[in-house]
Order: sequence, then C-alpha cells, then structure tokens
Amino acid sequence: MTRPERRKVAQGLGFISPWLIGFLIFTAYPVAASLYYSLTDYRILRPPHWVGLANYATLLTGDEYFWRYAVANTAFMFLELPASVVMGVSLAMLLNRKLRGMSLYRTLFYLPSVVPTVAASMLWLWVLNPQYGLANGMLEKLHAAPLGWLTDPRWSKPSFIIMDLWGVGGGMVIYLAALQGVPEHLYEAALLDGASPWARFRNVTLPMISPVVFYNVVLGVIGTFQYFTQTYIMTRGGPELSTLFYALYLFQNAFEYFRMGYACAMAWVLFVITLGATLVVFRSSAKWVYYESGERG
Amino acid sequence: MIATKKQGKGASSAARAALWHLLMVALAIVPLLPFIWMVSTSLKVESQVFTVPPQWIPRPARWANYPDALSSFPFLRYTANTLVICLISVVGTTLSCSLVAYGFSRIQWRGRDTFFIVMLATLMLPAQATMLPVFLLFRWLHWIGTIKPLTVPAFFGSAFFIFLLRQFFLTIPQELSDAARIDGCSELGIFSRVILPLARPALATVALFTFIGGWLDYLGPLIYLHDESQYTLALGLQAFLGRHGAEWNLLMAASTVVTVPLLVVFFLAQGTFVKGIALTGIKG
Repeated sequence: MTRPERRKVAQGLGFISPWLIGFLIFTAYPVAASLYYSLTDYRILRPPHWVGLANYATLLTGDEYFWRYAVANTAFMFLELPASVVMGVSLAMLLNRKLRGMSLYRTLFYLPSVVPTVAASMLWLWVLNPQYGLANGMLEKLHAAPLGWLTDPRWSKPSFIIMDLWGVGGGMVIYLAALQGVPEHLYEAALLDGASPWARFRNVTLPMISPVVFYNVVLGVIGTFQYFTQTYIMTRGGPELSTLFYALYLFQNAFEYFRMGYACAMAWVLFVITLGATLVVFRSSAKWVYYESGERG
Repeated sequence: MIATKKQGKGASSAARAALWHLLMVALAIVPLLPFIWMVSTSLKVESQVFTVPPQWIPRPARWANYPDALSSFPFLRYTANTLVICLISVVGTTLSCSLVAYGFSRIQWRGRDTFFIVMLATLMLPAQATMLPVFLLFRWLHWIGTIKPLTVPAFFGSAFFIFLLRQFFLTIPQELSDAARIDGCSELGIFSRVILPLARPALATVALFTFIGGWLDYLGPLIYLHDESQYTLALGLQAFLGRHGAEWNLLMAASTVVTVPLLVVFFLAQGTFVKGIALTGIKG
C-alpha cells in the first residue's frame, strides 16, 4: 500500500472505531461464547458438557418441528414483505404531498408505531376476537361470514400480517425521508419531457428511493425470521402450532425447557438461514438499487 | 412527488385539496380506530368494555380511571427514569452512528467493504443468540441493576442506524466532499461541516427512532433493572397489567398516557422531514 492509501485506511478505521470496539465487546465475544454453548449440553443449572455436533444433528434430522417452522416462517416472509413494501411506499407517496395539515395525517399513520407492544397486542386481541371483536362486526355489516382469525389455523398468519400492516407507518417514515431527498429538478425535467405520472414514479422516484427500499427489504427478511413478541403475547404459537414461528420455538427451548445448548444451536442455524436469504437480496441489488454518488452495493 | 405543480385556478385547486383531505381522513380511520377504542376503553367502567356493538363514546365517561391508573404505580419517577435512559441513548446513538456511517460511505479505503459486510452480518444475528453471554458480561462488570447496560452500548453504534445513515450519506454527491477537500478541509471537518448539516433529516430520524425505541423497550429494563425505583414506563405498564389482571380500562388509561407523549414528540419532529428538501443541497 502507498502512503496515501495507508492514510485512508487509518482515517476509515478511525471513523468506524466506535462500532469496531463495540463489535468486539458486545458481539464477537458473545457470539463465540454462544457458539461454544451450541456444542454442549447446557441446562443452566449444571455447567455445560461437551457434546460436539449432537445438537445440530438432532435439530436437522430428529426434530420434526424444526423444518415445519422454518418452512412456515419462510412462507410468512413471502406474504409479509411485498405487502409491507408496497403499502409503505404508497403511503409515503400519499403523505409526501404538500397539503395543509399533512403533519397531522403523518402523525396519525405513525400512531400505531408508538403504541406499547403490550397495549397493541391487547387491542388486536379485541379487534380479532371472533365473538365481540371489531373485525367480525364489520364482516357482519357486509353480510359476510365471520372468521376465526387468531383462533383459526388458516387465518392466524394473515391476522398477523394485517396487524403488521396496521403498523406500516414505521417503515413509511423512512420512505418519506427518502422521498424528501429526491431533488425537485429531476421531476421538473421529467415533466418537461412530458413523462406520465407512472413514468415519473418508475424512472425518477423509484430509482432515487431504491437504496431505502433495499434497506427495508433487508431488515424485513431479518425481522420476519426473528418474529417473536406478537406471537409470544397473543397466540403462544397456537392454534395448532400455526404461529409457532422459529424465534418462538427457540425461546421456548431456551427459557421454558432450559435447553440452552440446543437453543444456541437453533440460533446459529437461524443465522445461517437469514445470512443466505440476505445474500440473495444483496446479489440482486446491483440490478435494482441506484446510488446517486456512484457507489455500488 | 410534484406537490406544487402550478398554482391552479383558486376554485379548482381548493376542490382538489378538499378531495385529498377526504381521502386522507378516510384512510386515516384504519390506524385510528383501534387507538380510539383504546382511549374510549380508558374511560369506561369495567362492565362496558366488551359490549357488542362497541360503544365508542362511553356514557358516563369515567375520568377517574386516569388518576386511578397513574396512582397505582410511581408514574412520575418512572417517567423521569425513562427520559434519562432515552436522552443518553439518543446522544450516544446519533453521535456514534453518524461517525461510523461516514467511515463506511464517504471515504474510500481498502478493507472497508469487508468490515461493512461483517457489520451487516451482525444484523442477522438473532438477539437470543447473544443475550445470555452479554448478560454474563454485564454481571462480570457489576453493571446489573444500573442503567449502564441500557445506555453505554449506544455509544458504540447500532448496525441498524449505521446502515440507515450510510444509505443516506451515499445519496450526497461526492463533488461536495471533493470541493471541501480541495479547500483543505480535514475528514472530520467535512463530516461535521458538510455531511452532517445535509443529513439532518436522516439524523432526526435516527434520534426519533432511538427515543421511541428506548421509551417502549420492555425486554432490556426487564433483564437489567432490578430495583423498582429504577423502572421505566414500559416496565411499569407490565407490572400494572400483572397486578390488576383483567382491568382493561385501567390498562388502556395507562397505555394512553404512555403513548401520547410519543405522538407529541413525533408530531413536532416530523417537521424536520418536511424541511428535508435541504437533504440533497443540490437543488437546481
């Protein structure tokens, strides 16, 4: 390396040093420790006892639930992600107009994101209650058959997706901030060229906000595989295990059956799965993510 | 979007604005309805809670639910505790994340992409995988029962926000940095005088999310705070739920009080996003 190159490396490392130090203390060390535990039989009360790859072998070949939940969770991801991206972007576009009182509308759509999880879960237990809930009340008004929602294995996953779309305002804020950053002159140029609204969206808006869409997609992939709090509070995995997603099963192994070593192995398998899924998104990003500063990836 | 196409003729533009308001109000009912139920339940007596069809305006409204709910846990103390944790986290997170994001986006250096991929990989680590060793680490440091486990890590950056800020920093044209460099500006100077002012909306977003995350965090305080005098609001809400069992009206009153300050903070801060056109600094 030449001298200026070395200087650049020193500068770069200097800027990222807070993260680098934190990474070593709060991530690298705990990860190494949990990797070790995943190779042991560790039931909290007794010290860990080395079992090699036995936990992984059991998980991949002997645990009938593992594959069921991994598949169910992936299906959930493919339903949830497109719905939340489309809803989030559309909502942000709507809320990006200049209209008096817009800040009030933005606040209203963001509202679900600031309701404490416990309260939100209780709210939705009421909305989706088959007997006296709001959802079936509305279906009744439309003369449609009432649904079992969270008590029906076929409707439990869509129920969670509806709940998450209710909270789509959280992602909307990020899209909105990105939309605000799209320079006006690009639209002015497009208008002069006689571009239709759809063409303006397709050729100006979408490329300009694609880094942020990419950000939300990556986090969405990760988030759906770590989906936990709602299922933990509202369904405990039921009915008929239809919402026992991966993270919940992991939690049960760790804190209810106290199979800490097994749970650590599960966490590692989950890590490999999400890493793989994210790499696929990353590989594809060169085709659809556009960076104004000319950076790639 | 083109919000201000041309100033159309007075009447037709007023009609269009009215149509937009109508659409907005119609759509806003969706996020609002469950919230309205929360507020309405907070004013009901126990027996009114689950009537069919739902009674949206409770008669009579039982305002006493609020003093009842707030006096059943040390509300003011929990609010102060929550604010201290939130504010320290906000300062630590915005400072550290913007520095790191700069290193990951505005300087070209060998090895950068490798470190960046490592950082992204940490996002995919299930929290459950590191929870136990991290807890043991804090215990070894004698930090359990203090707010340090909830605040100190903020100063070491958060991969989520670093990623978010990096994405924003990348949208700022490189020429602005180059010009400053030619003027003899150091990297730290470019960071603080060129990039940070332009990225204000993104920084506000990070600060806002950190604040809201700290305000609502339940798991962290649950694990690390053992003395009731240190509890936060989110934790207080839970203890309250446990002690009062099925008293939905009091729970909803307490939840309303915990939710409303966040709404106010968001309402005030979102103006920064509106001014965000300054983000690019390359208009025209």
